[in-house]
Amino acid sequence: MRERRCVEVLNGALHELFARRSDVYLIGEDVLDPYGGAFKVGQGLSARWPDRVITTPISEASLFGVAAGMALRGYRPVLEIMFGDFLALGFDQVVNGISKYREMYDEQVSVPLVVRTPMGGRRGYGPTHSQSLEKFLMGVPNVTMVAASELHDLHALMIDAVEDDEPVFLIENKVMYGRPNRRPDGGYLDGMRCVEGAGPYPSLTFSGNDFEESAATIVAYGGMVPLALEAAVELIVQHEIFCEVVALSRLLPLDLDPVLDSLARSGVLVTAEEGSLTAGVGAEIVARVSEAAFDDLRAPARRVAARDGIVPAAPGLEAQALPGTAEVIEAVLARQAARTT
Amino acid sequence: MAEQHGSTDEVDAARALPRFYRQMYLIRRFEEMLLDMFSEGLLVGTTHTCIGQEANAVGVAAHLDPGRDVIVSNHRCHGHYIAFTDDAPGLLAEVMGRETGTCGGKGGSQHLCRGNFYTNGVQGSIVPLASGIALAERERAEGAVTTVFLGDGTLGQGTVYECLNMASLWSLPLLFVVENNRYAQTTPTELAVSGSIVDRARAFGVDAHELESADVDEVHEAAGRAVQRVRERGEPSFLVLHTHRFAPHSKGDDTRDPADVERLRVHDPLAVAGARLDPAVREQIEADCERELEAARAAGEAAPAAGAVAAR
Repeated sequence: MRERRCVEVLNGALHELFARRSDVYLIGEDVLDPYGGAFKVGQGLSARWPDRVITTPISEASLFGVAAGMALRGYRPVLEIMFGDFLALGFDQVVNGISKYREMYDEQVSVPLVVRTPMGGRRGYGPTHSQSLEKFLMGVPNVTMVAASELHDLHALMIDAVEDDEPVFLIENKVMYGRPNRRPDGGYLDGMRCVEGAGPYPSLTFSGNDFEESAATIVAYGGMVPLALEAAVELIVQHEIFCEVVALSRLLPLDLDPVLDSLARSGVLVTAEEGSLTAGVGAEIVARVSEAAFDDLRAPARRVAARDGIVPAAPGLEAQALPGTAEVIEAVLARQAARTT
Repeated sequence: MAEQHGSTDEVDAARALPRFYRQMYLIRRFEEMLLDMFSEGLLVGTTHTCIGQEANAVGVAAHLDPGRDVIVSNHRCHGHYIAFTDDAPGLLAEVMGRETGTCGGKGGSQHLCRGNFYTNGVQGSIVPLASGIALAERERAEGAVTTVFLGDGTLGQGTVYECLNMASLWSLPLLFVVENNRYAQTTPTELAVSGSIVDRARAFGVDAHELESADVDEVHEAAGRAVQRVRERGEPSFLVLHTHRFAPHSKGDDTRDPADVERLRVHDPLAVAGARLDPAVREQIEADCERELEAARAAGEAAPAAGAVAAR
């Protein structure tokens, strides 16, 4: 059977939700058919449910609040933010509203909204349309952040996000949309064994040596997941070094258990993210690992990330700014040298 | 239409006045008590009183059904809260940081939620929230009116205009009430608000009116027309109430000349309404309110402090 492209899977999940629940709405810019949103995830929805797809002016600062108001009153709005970079415009609503209402109002309310937005570069969109800003959400309490990748069950991620009673930020990677949503077949993917975590927003852990002792645990999410997996395969082929890759989908609350589980077999932590280095997602993972499992570590942790600067537009410059397979391989090799035993 | 039923309206107003006076007096004395308690060191944190502006809360809330309609308010919310919910004890306990407070002590003075009443402390945040609530209520189609209270200071926030635009485009059953007390904290409107306030709403095709009055009956009448319009047409409306704040923005942060503030007291809505009441009725209302507030304070003092167990 042909593997469906990621955008089709996400779109199919939204169609299923719209058909099943009358409380689900899609709100966002340019979401009406025939356009169906800048990345086409909402295509076909407004034709079938014209009353539940609301196209908006360019007003992100307010749209987050509009979604929050709908959610407070019992609806399940899905807010599409055309580019993740525009989260910055709505941050007041996120920090001073969405993340506060349930706790601040003493559990009298819930805010079951989903903010869907694409992050990431490698499309040449330049400095304000290519960023990975997950790190700014990492510091926001009382919200769930899910990073989708082309190897996760995207259908389940979308369904679970919309049916979650907490506010969910569903980060969709920009380059994944057009690619097939590849899934493990019989527990294997690209020749690696793959174990999927339990519950909503599960992690995927990949091993090339059947979960025997390994050289490093590479923790990745979003657009770095296929690159980390590629690096792991290449490390086996070129260097006979076996690593595990932990592909997280739930970044908030941080899904630490699969990381600790893998580290017990490897002792070496490498994080890989497309956002810039300072105060990034990797920093939080490293801090939590050192608090929870310092004794398991046999080398200093290493963060692979974009450089602290802009994501330039020109393909050559963009490639220099963003981390790739080579940087992940280099990090693992460097840590082998530093490894104690 | 109002002229046709003028005599009936007058009878209704006379009947409503004691109720309005009671609410306004309760709000006034509640907030004066808060300021006293702050001075005595019995309260911590902050508060923003609406002393002088009580007619707005009471005149608008009288048209709203707490079981169906929604109010979204701001930092200066005590009057709106009491007029809509009649829950002075819950608010007092909240400001006192008690477990029995409206939000169990988690929100304090400016972060309240009870039933269909919501408030938040960031000026630009509340209007988008109210717009989303109004959108939800439009979809539910039960005729609910959502009212958002904002001040002249909030007019500096871009979200207000984003939301006027969407409210107009989407026919949201949303009433914007701007209480123009002529100061954003210490900054007079001359330094912060250009042009005409009502024209700002009209530019978006939103029905807009203004009123300069400290008379609760007049506010009630103007608000009635606006609420009715929103409810019947399912369209937004924008009502500017020019008003006066006699007390500081918060506590002890008034930079105005006290003599100037004193002169504003000719616009005291309590004096305006009180003069129309039978003195015996007025006295009885005031005595009842004083007793009510004493009981609320005693209940607050007797209630356990929120977080007391954790602190031990």
